[in-house]
Amino acid sequence: MRYLPHNEAERQAMLKAVGVSDIDALFSDVPKEALNADFNLPDHKGEMEVERSLGAMAAKNRAAGAGPFFIGAGAYKHHIPATVDHIIQRSEFLTAYTPYQPEIAQGTLQYLFEFQTQVAALTGMEVANASMYDGSTGCGEAALMARRITKRGKVLLSGGLHPHYGAVTRTNLELVNAKVVQSPMDVDASEDIISQIDDDTACVVVQTPDVFGNVRDLTPIAEAAHAKGALLVAVVTEVVSLGALKSPGEMGADIVVGEGQSLGNGLNFGGPYVGLFATRQKYIRQMPGRLCGETTDAEGKRGFVLTLSTREQHIRRDKATSNICTNSGLCTLAFTIHMTLLGEAGLRKLALLNHEAACRTADALAKIDGVELLNKSYFNEFTLRLSKDASEVVEKLAEGGVLAGVPGARLLPHRKDARNLLIVAATECVTDEDIEMFSSKLSEALS
Amino acid sequence: MTMNNQGRPTKASDAMETNVNTFTGNKALMIEEALSFEVGDLSGSGVDLPEAKNKTNRLGGLERNTDIGLPGLSEPEAMRHFVRLSQKNYAIDMGPFPLGSCTMKHNPRLNEKVARLPGFADLHPLAPESAAQGALELIDTLAFWLKELTGMPAVAMSPKAGAHGELCGMMAIKAALEARGEADKRVRVLAPESAHGTNPATAVQCGFKVEAIPGDKTGRVDLEALKAKLGDDVAGIMVTNPNTCGLFERDIRAIADAVHEAGGYFYCDGANFNAIAGKVKPGDLGVDAMHINLHKTFSTPHGGGGPGAGPTVLSDALAPFAPLPYVFLEDGKYRLVETLHHAEAEDSGETLGRLTAFHGQMGMFVRALSYMMSHGRDGLKQASEDAVLNANYVLARLKTEMTPSFDGPCMHEALFDDRFLKDTGVETIDFAKAMIDEGYHPMTMYFPLVVHGAMLIEPTESESKRELDLFCDALLSLAKRAKAGDDVAAFKAAPVYAPRRRLDETAAARHPVLRWTPPQQAEAAE
Amino acid sequence: MTVKYTEDHEWVKAEGDAYVIGVSKHAAEQLGDVVFVELPEVGKTFAKGDEMAVVESVKAASDVYAPISGDIVEVNSAIVDEPAKVNEDPQGAAWFVKIKPSNPSELDALMDEGAYKDFAGNS
Repeated sequence: MRYLPHNEAERQAMLKAVGVSDIDALFSDVPKEALNADFNLPDHKGEMEVERSLGAMAAKNRAAGAGPFFIGAGAYKHHIPATVDHIIQRSEFLTAYTPYQPEIAQGTLQYLFEFQTQVAALTGMEVANASMYDGSTGCGEAALMARRITKRGKVLLSGGLHPHYGAVTRTNLELVNAKVVQSPMDVDASEDIISQIDDDTACVVVQTPDVFGNVRDLTPIAEAAHAKGALLVAVVTEVVSLGALKSPGEMGADIVVGEGQSLGNGLNFGGPYVGLFATRQKYIRQMPGRLCGETTDAEGKRGFVLTLSTREQHIRRDKATSNICTNSGLCTLAFTIHMTLLGEAGLRKLALLNHEAACRTADALAKIDGVELLNKSYFNEFTLRLSKDASEVVEKLAEGGVLAGVPGARLLPHRKDARNLLIVAATECVTDEDIEMFSSKLSEALS
Repeated sequence: MTMNNQGRPTKASDAMETNVNTFTGNKALMIEEALSFEVGDLSGSGVDLPEAKNKTNRLGGLERNTDIGLPGLSEPEAMRHFVRLSQKNYAIDMGPFPLGSCTMKHNPRLNEKVARLPGFADLHPLAPESAAQGALELIDTLAFWLKELTGMPAVAMSPKAGAHGELCGMMAIKAALEARGEADKRVRVLAPESAHGTNPATAVQCGFKVEAIPGDKTGRVDLEALKAKLGDDVAGIMVTNPNTCGLFERDIRAIADAVHEAGGYFYCDGANFNAIAGKVKPGDLGVDAMHINLHKTFSTPHGGGGPGAGPTVLSDALAPFAPLPYVFLEDGKYRLVETLHHAEAEDSGETLGRLTAFHGQMGMFVRALSYMMSHGRDGLKQASEDAVLNANYVLARLKTEMTPSFDGPCMHEALFDDRFLKDTGVETIDFAKAMIDEGYHPMTMYFPLVVHGAMLIEPTESESKRELDLFCDALLSLAKRAKAGDDVAAFKAAPVYAPRRRLDETAAARHPVLRWTPPQQAEAAE
Repeated sequence: MTVKYTEDHEWVKAEGDAYVIGVSKHAAEQLGDVVFVELPEVGKTFAKGDEMAVVESVKAASDVYAPISGDIVEVNSAIVDEPAKVNEDPQGAAWFVKIKPSNPSELDALMDEGAYKDFAGNS
């Protein structure tokens, strides 16, 4: 077996040194009837055979890059510079552990510090942590944190929040008997969430751009929340939008959670991704997750360590702010490298390219009979109302080689009025030919 | 003959001066590297993007009109920046990484290769089912392996890490209690004193109260003490097996039976499954739920602290409460159930809800399945046996100079305490830091909490006998030096050859600096 | 009145009609370098044994329990600003809070210096 260094003679020598005659003597604490169970599994295989089997499975999927592609709704197809994947595969990053011994983990710690700085800057907040599993789990954690800070029970979820983020938040909050109030589906950003904020509200959770693509002004919501002593949790599922839009911090958010996949990370069928989590300095002790901080070593040189660990489970145990015990290490690195390569200038350009691609796509599609564009504003994603069931249209277009977007029923199957909705994303990867093909296939499908 | 006396000298220099202070602060291959924020400026960039063709603005009047504050680096600058950073890290590819409870084993590169196949890496989680049949097949295949290896009937694939899997399992227990109408009554969860911190934190996150189960003299759960704590207000127990002292819980069946008899459930923390994978099915031990750290047992890389993956196997009693989404096979086609609405329509139980936006850590699933298929039934068994053999070999070799906390045999890791350092002036942390200078990553220190100055060594199956012998020789030498007592200062000063000396964690915590601030702003703030 | 101690390593000393409360020298040594202190608001009421304050080092976090029932009349914000004071002078300048007791007889159950020394020596 290519991964195991010992030969039989070495194993025997080691058993002898240990003072036992066979390996099962070392498993003597295991109940006899449970030891050496039967497994209905194949024996080991060489690289070629494994690659062949898994390659066959991969070939049954349609990669985003294989043709015209317009799916978003929380995960976005972007071009990733080749440098990113090269660096994250370096042994010293790929095969390191959590930086618990900072003297020999400064590489990981310094990029985490750079990551925290980048995320704080992007979101317009004072501090950010070293990442969460993904945007959705960060959203649940943010609501829990707002409860700790305000000592209040109720959480308001906007009707523009990604339904899966809402579901994750509900699952987490209901465990501790918090009241979660979900506003109804809000396709055109017309909901009045402000009037629902009361003295028992811990936080209001609002996404921008929302799941339907609308760009939302958070300022009045933040002001209303603060007037009632509640917090505003802002959710950003498309981090590239922050290159073009006012940051949630500028608009008064208290906690910003985001999905960082768009920078440096592939679609990966939903994971691993990288959850962004930022807040105000005054709330740092209520934050979940790892934090990296600056300090000096015994010679006075600058260095970095994991800090404020007393919030965390390995010290605080049952009183920890969260049970989270990891971050998205390598995905965080991918984010940091891509962001460093883009820089401010590159990110702004990239954001404009995305917006432009979405505008062009929307203009082309809106001309088709049976298509209505529902957004007044959008960044790189928008929602159409079709004259036919959107799920059927999406299947039909997929057969024709176009991945057209997310049908409303996929996310909101209980809403009859979502059946004809199609959420369409267009990034810098979309070409004029892609748009043309999408338009012609869509008009065919609707005629 | 002709003489060329202009050539370079080829003998080593006679000068033996050490501790030379360089002008740059660099030490040959160890090069100091500033923060990217101190190197780049706001106009720099390492990507060439076209200009947007038209400047339509449909941003609703919310466009950004302030600087973000993000410098950019050209590609060569960025490459050098991150490569220099990488060289300040220790890694399993460089040498033994004996962190107990963390399982730092070899990370096969085949796994990286297949995870990058566009059919997996470039597949959208909301692609139509018809466009993702291979991905769903992979999830279903991995689920089959996990169920077969654990002897459990169901598995929840979406948990994103071990602690997330714990949450999944404890949520399933809570949902099952609710279905029984006993959730209000059964509020206590029992966990051993030696448990990972995630166990109590998870139980509290689920709204339970946690109570510690005392250990016995052999480092295991005290069965009688456990029984005394059981009652009709107990929701369940959380027990790690093999436990965090590296020992198999001999009474595991009796523990499971007692908990079940009292009406509770048995959550097994599967962090140490790598000791028994391919040898023992946890399902045969009475487990109701157990997470599997794919990044430990199945070697999807640790990546400097993540991403992990924590699929959670469930017993028949808990399976109906599994989270969304899940995959099933119908008429030869893989289908996904993603919403409550859909789950109700399928009439497939009372799901506990959703744990994450999409389907879990697909990238890690591909790597784990690649690892499992490569090892196969025979290789997985051999890997577990070699891991246990290596730990016992280390235990046998080190016990002459160091103090094992419990009698062997151990499982995949060996626990020592600091009795051998008594009255030497050297503490566990000094011993660990001295290992850094010897070229090793330290073992896990000060965990578990049940012994004083704990040192938990997990060699894994990836280490050859030669590498283990060198490692043991180094530790024995250090132990002897510590006991000799004439070199305490050297231990206290360690490490001296690492990119940094010991770091001031107290200062970091007293005045948290969690981000870089531009110099003029930092000055203004003072 | 002399200083009295709890089994949770807090000390209590009379000062006017209130009692000053802090953590013992022994506790401060066990904690290591203190990096963070959280104190209650003035005016809050605690029952004996309630969690009243938090003290943290890099490696440990401990709750400080109210040794007697009563109202908080003053808190020592100097140790919030400079947690290191808790290590420097835990039984003097680094006091935590002053409580106006609702049931002064609760003090009778606490240990005197000698009893605490024995207790701390064995714990």
